[in-house]
Amino acid sequence: MKKVGLFIPCYVDQFYPGAGIATYQLLKKLGLDVTYPTGQTCCGQPMANSGFEHLTQGCNQLFVDNFAEFDYIVSPSGSCVLHIKEHLHTTHSENQAAEIRTKVYELVEFLVDIVKVKNLKARFPHKVGLHQSCHGQRGLYLSQMSELVAPGFSKPLQLLSQVEGLELITLKRGDECCGFGGTFCVVEEAVSVKMGKDRVKDHLVNGAEYITGADMSCLMHMEGILKRENSQVKVLHIAEILNAE
Amino acid sequence: MSGATKTHPELSETFNQDEARVDWHDETLWWIRQKRDKSAGSIPEWETLREKASQIKDHVLSELAGYLVSFEENAKANGIIVHWAADALEHNQIVHSILEKHGISQMVKSKSMLTEECHLNEYLEQKGIGVIDSDLGERIVQLAKEPPSHIVLPCIHKKKEEIGDLFHLHLGVPAGTSDPQILTEAARQHLRETFLTRKAALTGVNFAIAETGEFVVCTNEGNADMGAHLADVHIACMGIEKIIPKRKHLGVFLRLLARSATGQPVTTYSSHFKKPRKGQEMHIVLVDNGRTVQMGREDFRASLKCIRCGACMNTCPVYRRSGGHSYHYAISGPIGAILAPNLDREKYADLPFASTLCGSCSNVCPVKIDIHQQLYKWRQVIVKEGYAASSKKLSMKLMTFTLSSPGVYRTAGKAGRWVLKHIPFAVNNQFNPWYKQREMPAVPKESFGEWYKKENQ
Amino acid sequence: MSRDQILAALRQNQPEPVPLPLAIPTDREEVVDLVTKFKTVAEGIGSTIYLPDNLQEIQTTITSIFSKEKRILTTVPELVSPDIPLFQLNEDPHTYADVDVAIFNSSLGVAENSALWLTEDQMGIRVLPFITQHIVILIKISGLVADMHTAYQKIGTADYGFGTFIAGPSKTADIEQSLVLGAHGPRSMTIFMYV
Repeated sequence: MKKVGLFIPCYVDQFYPGAGIATYQLLKKLGLDVTYPTGQTCCGQPMANSGFEHLTQGCNQLFVDNFAEFDYIVSPSGSCVLHIKEHLHTTHSENQAAEIRTKVYELVEFLVDIVKVKNLKARFPHKVGLHQSCHGQRGLYLSQMSELVAPGFSKPLQLLSQVEGLELITLKRGDECCGFGGTFCVVEEAVSVKMGKDRVKDHLVNGAEYITGADMSCLMHMEGILKRENSQVKVLHIAEILNAE
Repeated sequence: MSGATKTHPELSETFNQDEARVDWHDETLWWIRQKRDKSAGSIPEWETLREKASQIKDHVLSELAGYLVSFEENAKANGIIVHWAADALEHNQIVHSILEKHGISQMVKSKSMLTEECHLNEYLEQKGIGVIDSDLGERIVQLAKEPPSHIVLPCIHKKKEEIGDLFHLHLGVPAGTSDPQILTEAARQHLRETFLTRKAALTGVNFAIAETGEFVVCTNEGNADMGAHLADVHIACMGIEKIIPKRKHLGVFLRLLARSATGQPVTTYSSHFKKPRKGQEMHIVLVDNGRTVQMGREDFRASLKCIRCGACMNTCPVYRRSGGHSYHYAISGPIGAILAPNLDREKYADLPFASTLCGSCSNVCPVKIDIHQQLYKWRQVIVKEGYAASSKKLSMKLMTFTLSSPGVYRTAGKAGRWVLKHIPFAVNNQFNPWYKQREMPAVPKESFGEWYKKENQ
Repeated sequence: MSRDQILAALRQNQPEPVPLPLAIPTDREEVVDLVTKFKTVAEGIGSTIYLPDNLQEIQTTITSIFSKEKRILTTVPELVSPDIPLFQLNEDPHTYADVDVAIFNSSLGVAENSALWLTEDQMGIRVLPFITQHIVILIKISGLVADMHTAYQKIGTADYGFGTFIAGPSKTADIEQSLVLGAHGPRSMTIFMYV
């Protein structure tokens, strides 16, 4: 049986364990051999996106040490996965790093492309808005991008459509960035917040009870805005909906 | 722009103080993005066209020296006078010397982002030469004493009432006029007078064709043609990257340019200037101003493929909510943010960070420049060259230390404790920009790692 | 000298040669009805289209639409009538500042964007298609092509001093993106498509 290494990004580990637990349980439910290597910390993206990629050597080596042994590496974050795919390099184990770059998967793409899930046993009787996180969408091609003249598809929708009772709302701007952007969210606070408010509003006016997506970081940003506005609308990682019964 | 420039975050914060205006700006540009989508969507082979354009430009860059030489040779044979300028100053001097030779003290100019880049108007003004910008949007910002905020839509940040006030002050329209039809008519009358009385006209260049020595200028208003065909002297200024090999390649680029820019099937006028008209003097100024240096930067070379359509600005969620002036460079938006650091890393160190790296810009780019990837790469260069704020450096080092060592990471404390301390967006105090307008995530009772350990005991 | 410096810097910094692709995409949409396509696009960008049966119909239409205009002239000799005098060349372009209507003949029209190709010899003088208040262009239906690729195939390596594609009246949307026809050039464009 193929071995799956679960990569839980640092902020999910610390702030949103529920998203990690749902991912783990979901993969277990689907009969996979899942392990969480306990020596892991972070993909290094927070530093690299800020221009400090040259400081990520230690982080990268640690990632390789933790994950080289697995057949697949799966993570509930498109952004962190994209970072690994594009930027994981090490001085001492570049071969292993190269291999990891090809076998790391974001959860949704793993479920659709590798596990080929067709019949999820999940139930979530609510109105849900799907936030397309940019790195997952434009970086990992989780769904078609509105800028391109090409046939549409959506891996997250393929999964969400299997959830009983779930009613997906339509957004005015289907794939606009929420403004999180890593350290952008503090360095460019004004624009970041405005982008987040606009994204949240699109979900609210279209009747969402929950906002979901494949990246907890975007959801954390939007949750911060929702809470400040005293909204009752909640954010949930897509794994938590796919795992709901 | 003044020398002591504020940074993009500061200028954006000011722009965002009027939220209704941000919404208006955002919606206006989003509407153009939607027109672009519709227009592109009507061409089934759109993505192939983009790929073609990209490949043609890659080819040109790889043989640019040769193409410039053939362009020069053919242009000269056509009777055009060709000049070469190493930098902005030399460009300005060349234009000035041509005007001086003819004793001309008034010039009309159609849109040329290159002359914005070189600050030609200011230079000529100091020499006592008056320049009137003839593109309506450019004329408006010129009257307002502002730089353009967008390369295609220079006054997209201005409301019609504000334009009415400017026209009342400068063109004598009745106070309180805000009807675009009436305002445009006033500008038409005012500029027609200008066209008819100027002996020199300067235009930009959209494409220059090596094979034939001709150049193409695209406008909707007809202002480039009005200026050039009435003037005794026509000066066309272009960056050296504007070359395309053959006339037939215009087929590819003209199909992409206007559709990407505004969603129009083509600009109203695509004028091919091959020879001066009888009795006219025609000049071309070929300008480097940092382009040969950018050519040598492998990671950033592709920025020279840009055809200045502005699509990356219209789609950019940051640009739409920060306005073009927040980029404090002649070319704003994502493309400006990868061009500006080539000229001055210190002054424009903030620009590559004015992006969430969402990637929408790269997807709309008609010549497929990897804009967001270049933004990421510029960040690395800027930090390595020492232009990052020192507070940022320290926090990054601490973060790196912790994240490189699982022991330190685990023992940093209970769930959330470490992150609250070190992740820059999660420092919970009144100085924390996250907390200003957003709540912090609730700290859970245990981390995933702690849960997993219990679960698998 | 800057020229040599620039060229030397480029030769040093240029990447390895990259091949030039074919200029024409092979997966283009086939436009079956060029006339309908051209007409739809032209009307969409503010032009007025007529499909006259003969030259006389063109003459009478022009006379009736522009009955109030003072200075009308044609560069197309076939259209000359008591109301429509033939263009006479004066090398000073400023003398055309008061032209209200100018009539031209184009031999190439592009269905995908309704652009009409005019070269200097068809313009009388370069400034005329721009300075006139209203522009009228005649195009034979046999002169229509599907797209810009085919258009440039037709133009080939033809020599001209100046040539331009014109698609509709001059326009601007610089003020709050409100479309206004008649920026600096013609306020209207009338196209006659005939067999």
